[in-house]
Amino acid sequence: MRDVLVHAWLVLRKDLVLEWRARTAFLSTLVFTVLVLMVFNFGRDPTAIGPRDLAPSVLWVTFTFAAMLALNRAFQLELENQALDGLLLTPMSRGSLYLGKFGANLAFVTVVEAVALPLFALFFNVPVLPVLAPLALVTALATIGFVAVGTLFSAMVIRTRFAELLLPVLLLPFMIPPLVWAVMTTAKLFAGRPLSEMDGWLRLLAAYDIVFVALATLLFPVTVSE
Amino acid sequence: MKHIRVGRWITAVALALLAGVYVRALVFTPVERMQGPAQKIFYVHVPAAWATMLAMGLVGVASILFLLVKDHRYDRFAEASAEVGTAFSLVMLTTGPIWAKPIWGTWWTWDARLTLTLFLFFLFVGYLLLRSAVTDPGLRARYSAVLGICGLVLLPFIHMSVYLFRTLHPQPIVLKPSAPSLPGPMLVTFLTSVGVFTMLYVGFVVQRYGIGQLREEREPPHA
Repeated sequence: MRDVLVHAWLVLRKDLVLEWRARTAFLSTLVFTVLVLMVFNFGRDPTAIGPRDLAPSVLWVTFTFAAMLALNRAFQLELENQALDGLLLTPMSRGSLYLGKFGANLAFVTVVEAVALPLFALFFNVPVLPVLAPLALVTALATIGFVAVGTLFSAMVIRTRFAELLLPVLLLPFMIPPLVWAVMTTAKLFAGRPLSEMDGWLRLLAAYDIVFVALATLLFPVTVSE
Repeated sequence: MKHIRVGRWITAVALALLAGVYVRALVFTPVERMQGPAQKIFYVHVPAAWATMLAMGLVGVASILFLLVKDHRYDRFAEASAEVGTAFSLVMLTTGPIWAKPIWGTWWTWDARLTLTLFLFFLFVGYLLLRSAVTDPGLRARYSAVLGICGLVLLPFIHMSVYLFRTLHPQPIVLKPSAPSLPGPMLVTFLTSVGVFTMLYVGFVVQRYGIGQLREEREPPHA
């Protein structure tokens, strides 16, 4: 068990170091995210709909798009010079490889979200600070869920034609349930409701995370074995 | 070729029976008091929904079996079931709005159960798209099995969120803890229709399975 986690950590670190040295993927995802926020701002009639009415949806659609972009990149990296074969040849379990990749994607998406959130608060004039802790909890729960499924799917689509196109088509149906629950909770948070009122949604989010992280860890070896 | 021939026979019989169901539903089954003739569409809509669920469930089961025993027959079955399921889900998604317009006054609402069926449709479409995007048969079988299992696991989650939303959709009147509250003649028509749709599903899947077999003979699996 210890080995699994140590190996997963090594994969995670490798991915993040690569990301840190190049920074292109991170910066482009970030710029994309900010642009999405801007598009939303111009996509509404400011005299008819106040910025706060749309805020929860804008936040979550932006996070979804950012995650999608980040996930597309996850295994693309390993295609160059057949790096994936190299990884598979190392004496580590496929489970560790999945957990490492999952961790790296999670870190990547979380950082993008952390940068996007203040900008979102600024652009849409939403008081994020008073609900920061519960909002962070909801964001973490939802992000874990869709990054878990996304990491599994991105390992599959890279070896197909039209990988960039296929990932959203496969992943969006899986992202929508956590997205719906997260939007519901966020809307209530912004409306100043207590966290206890959203107990049902939070439980569903947690259950989704547990089930899909376990399922993806279990199924991942099937997608990479030769 | 055997499968295609058998499937054709089953389908032919089912289609003849389906004509019988239509006649019975339109002529010999009483008109519902509140909804009038619009309610007749239930004899098509609900059985189609049943066939869709059946197809999705069996895609999931076949996917699990494929990963356990690596027998390509399960993969071929899952492929057939997914294609047939897509067709049935389209029937369900078109008959639903036709009923909803006169009764609810709108073609579509983002009601939980409607959303669930739309999800099912997109799961099927994604599944078929993934299959068409992978050229290697071994890889295709494994990838689609993974997606099939994930889809099966996703359904209970969508179903659970159905109960947290308020719904416009009629509540179950046949499959519920107490006795069915559908009057006798309607119940008979309804159950016959479910039986006929199940038979149609079987007929289509058997034919599609046979077609898959022919295709594989031309491109033998090498993984």
